[in-house]
Amino acid sequence: MDINWQFIISTLPLYQKAAWITIKLGFWGTLLSLIIGLVCSIILYFRIKILKELVGIYVELSRNTPLLIQLFFLYFGLTKIGITMSETTCAIIGLAFLGGSYMSEAFRSGIEAVSKTQIESGLSIGLSQMQLIRYVILPQAFAVTMPSLAANCIFLFKETSIVGAIAIAELMHVTQDVIGMYYQTFESLFMLVVAYLIIILPLSFLLTWLERKVRYAEFGN
Amino acid sequence: MNKENHQVLLEIKDLHKEYDTRTVLDGIHLRVHKGEVIVVLGPSGCGKSTLLRCLNGLESIQGGDIQFDGESLIGPNVDWQKTRQKIGMVFQNYELFPHMTVIENILLGPIKVQKREKKEVMDQATQLLEKVGLSDRKDSYPRQLSGGQKQRIAIVRALCMNPEIMLFDEVTAALDPEMVREVLDVILGLAKQGMTMMIVTHEMGFAQAVADRILFIDEGKVCEMSEPKEFFTNPKTERAQQFLNIFQF
Ligand SMILES: Nc1ncnc2c1ncn2[C@@H]1O[C@H](COP(=O)(O)OP(=O)(O)OP(=O)(O)O)[C@@H](O)[C@H]1O
Ligand SMILES: [Mg+2]
Repeated sequence: MDINWQFIISTLPLYQKAAWITIKLGFWGTLLSLIIGLVCSIILYFRIKILKELVGIYVELSRNTPLLIQLFFLYFGLTKIGITMSETTCAIIGLAFLGGSYMSEAFRSGIEAVSKTQIESGLSIGLSQMQLIRYVILPQAFAVTMPSLAANCIFLFKETSIVGAIAIAELMHVTQDVIGMYYQTFESLFMLVVAYLIIILPLSFLLTWLERKVRYAEFGN
Repeated sequence: MNKENHQVLLEIKDLHKEYDTRTVLDGIHLRVHKGEVIVVLGPSGCGKSTLLRCLNGLESIQGGDIQFDGESLIGPNVDWQKTRQKIGMVFQNYELFPHMTVIENILLGPIKVQKREKKEVMDQATQLLEKVGLSDRKDSYPRQLSGGQKQRIAIVRALCMNPEIMLFDEVTAALDPEMVREVLDVILGLAKQGMTMMIVTHEMGFAQAVADRILFIDEGKVCEMSEPKEFFTNPKTERAQQFLNIFQF
């Protein structure tokens, strides 16, 4: 089998640009997801009226509809009622909408794993509810739930491959374009796989390292 | 030594505590004077832990009053964050924070809650750690310590808040026999220094040695309240006699 190296080299800049877009989408999508997830799980922990119900509805809605539908809704649906935003904003919001619920569930299970007696121990030294969350509950929840959070991060980076559907030149979208124009299917897909590996492998190592660090205190290695 | 002419630090009046509809504490009266050591005895399930937990607001109560330093601890306006700083509590299962080192465990309350100077707290912590023989374990994590060591750290953590009273709930119950002593010695030391304490324990020899008064509870009621010598040699009630018999072979 002969590989068209000439072609690969010539499309390299295209892929490079697309990879940066993928990284950008993945980064902001993940970051916002973490924030949304954290806020949701704290609302659930304090059982705040009304907000608690809203979080429940959001989580169900977000987890039980495909990302693609969520994106179309945001991009085309909202335009209909006069709300327009750039493709990139739309894609990041879409990813965050999806990821937020996954992160919320991960945080929630971590928080629920913190024992009642640990909470009492914190209260007995006079910690306020907020201090309790910050110094006792969240650090312990993180240690427990870090593997799920890491899996969610990787999942979200991979989900960026779907947002090309609303005309964003991320890796998947660019690959489809390139195949459409030059019919170099194998080379194009090869580039795509390599690009994802270059992005996701270091991310994965970083997350594994972080996981160890976060869990060391409580669980050793 | 008789401490009943000391100032009253804690006063429990007609305390009622119910879980759902079951009465667990049924009209408890108790006055704890400054420097006094009260040992709470009673059969399993009689409400000893519940009593201690009511005192620092870990349980709500259904009737009666608790006064600490002359202020009532009943009602929605109690500043528990402030009160709990003065009431140190040590749990059966240590409940050190597993994600923090020994010294971080000890400093958390004094620095974040009491907003004290780190250096000053550090000095106090170092002294206390030395006293319990653990000054070399500052940077260990709880998982790296034995049960007895963890419990001594838990005591130091509570002491470093400079509480006015210490509550101990069966703090040696989870320990191997050879570690019980090291923890009891620390508590005995505190008694000698004049720390006010309420201690729930099943160690009868220790109870006799440390207590100024024994509070014997049965089915949520104060059944007997007497000096240790009196209680152990000449229990007045039949329930107390039965209870003491369990510990005799
Ligand atoms: N959260 C709870 N909900 C319902 N009932 C409870 C709860 N906690 C304790 N009880 C009940 O209250 C009673 C008193 O319990 P408590 O833990 O105070 O007993 P104790 O004297 O400390 O016993 P032990 O010596 O076994 O520790 C028990 O009958 C127990 O079943
Ligand atoms: Mg108990």
